[in-house]
Amino acid sequence: MAAQVPFWRAAVLSLLLLAALLIGWEMAVKGAGGSAGPAVDPELAALLSPAAAAGGRSAMPAPSEIGARLLELLSDPFHRRGTNDQGIGIQIAYSLGRVAAGFSLAALIAIPLGFVIGMSPLLNAALNPFIQVLRPVSPLAWMPLALYTIKDSSVSSIFVIFICSVWPMLINTAFGVASVRREWLNVARTLEAGTWRTAFRVILPAAAPTILTGMRISIGIAWLVIVAAEMLVGGTGIGYWVWNQWNNLSIADIVIAILMIGLVGLALDRLLALAARAVAWQE
Amino acid sequence: MDGMLPVTTKPYAAVEGIARRFPGLTVFQDLWFGIHRGEFVCLLGHSGCGKTTILNILAGLDRPSEGAVVVDGREIDGPSLDRAVIFQGHALMPWLTAEQNVAFALSCRYPSWPRQRLREAAREALAKVGLREAAERKPAQLSGGMKQRVGIARALAIQPKMLLMDEPFSALDALTRGALQEEVSRLVTELGQTAFMITHDVDEAILLADRILLMTNGPEARIAEVVINTLPKPRIRATLHHQPGYHELRDHILDFLITRSRTLAGKPPPGWDPRHPPEVRPAG
Repeated sequence: MAAQVPFWRAAVLSLLLLAALLIGWEMAVKGAGGSAGPAVDPELAALLSPAAAAGGRSAMPAPSEIGARLLELLSDPFHRRGTNDQGIGIQIAYSLGRVAAGFSLAALIAIPLGFVIGMSPLLNAALNPFIQVLRPVSPLAWMPLALYTIKDSSVSSIFVIFICSVWPMLINTAFGVASVRREWLNVARTLEAGTWRTAFRVILPAAAPTILTGMRISIGIAWLVIVAAEMLVGGTGIGYWVWNQWNNLSIADIVIAILMIGLVGLALDRLLALAARAVAWQE
Repeated sequence: MDGMLPVTTKPYAAVEGIARRFPGLTVFQDLWFGIHRGEFVCLLGHSGCGKTTILNILAGLDRPSEGAVVVDGREIDGPSLDRAVIFQGHALMPWLTAEQNVAFALSCRYPSWPRQRLREAAREALAKVGLREAAERKPAQLSGGMKQRVGIARALAIQPKMLLMDEPFSALDALTRGALQEEVSRLVTELGQTAFMITHDVDEAILLADRILLMTNGPEARIAEVVINTLPKPRIRATLHHQPGYHELRDHILDFLITRSRTLAGKPPPGWDPRHPPEVRPAG
């Protein structure tokens, strides 16, 4: 275990590192653009890319430009001007909506099913091979099958979120339920607590921290996968937006999207961590 | 309630020829004993003679390989609210406060009670074991002795017909153990509570029990002897060892635990009647 460090010292170091990174980046981009000069024939460059045409200057924007673009995007995040011009807030909301739908569906199925699997050693043994084979499959591998059967691309991406977030919740719920202490179950039995009272008043609170850990892993994976899924199916969402900006070669927007995806992922994780703390217990 | 044996009446709980067998191993067999209303019976023996299994069978948590347990005239087939168990490890739910732990038990006993009534009854039960101030605390914030007190409060709150205790004080330090033994002795006497306790602590058995069942070592453990504790009640730990007969009683039990539990183990002597093991009154 590392010794505790004061918060402010870590914070100052973090800010210094960030500043060094941004300054280094800014200088690298500006410096390269100024001195190198056109390295290729201008006509060929014009065919290749707009950036090359701009005098061989890298398409990589400086942090200052990214910052300006970020302010511009955030000044009107929820605008809608046609299907291909919607604010970044709208795009993130689409992605969050799909994650919420797929994740909730997965929780609705995985937690009760995990409960049953955890209570029944027979079901556990019987279903284990299926879980073990399906769990390592990349969720995107389901995408063609989903598109073929469901047809609707938006629903397909929700299905992909469902299928990737179902496993950690299922496995953790089953494990948490199966490892509830014998003595607590014995207490419930001697009190003639009955199946439902035992399930909701003893097993569920006992397993809740393990279940929440599964949910936290799931939401993390879901947020990773939604970006890739939206890149594939297109239309709306932050993943689609990233891909669109790549086609426009607006690297600044891509960097901003990465930052946004990171921040939203962090927020989702914090949210589940808070929920986990609410149900945590210690002996 | 004078605590003496109502020998002539039928016992409240009767253990009838129970055995626990595994392939190639008999832990105990042919066990017969009864527990009368208002009586405190201790089962004393070394580890490995199946003491905890016997208690679990009485509680209905476990089933014997042979034989049966008859409580109140009926053969038991599972746990019952009439037989409360105080577990060796306190077995409190760590996500509930002391009060909620007791209230949970009460809500099983009295499903129709409103929340407020459950709360008040739980507080009252905790007050009886001296934990009025600790009602809002979670088990993690309680000492070992306090946790076991909550366990006792939980068991007594549901007003069981019989209290079953599985070495309830073995995990506690000597000082706390002594205090809790006296507390249990007081509560059980006050309530006239029928009780059965597993222990390997001689002094605990002498302090609490009306009858002490001595078990031989396993495998094939059996009740070798029934010791009648004739020391007058209430028994106070501080003065108990000055009582006439105390040392004879204690020496007798210690002799059994040290040597005779071993030498008597295995095949019973000829003419042995498992239903009526010899009764002794070492304290006179």
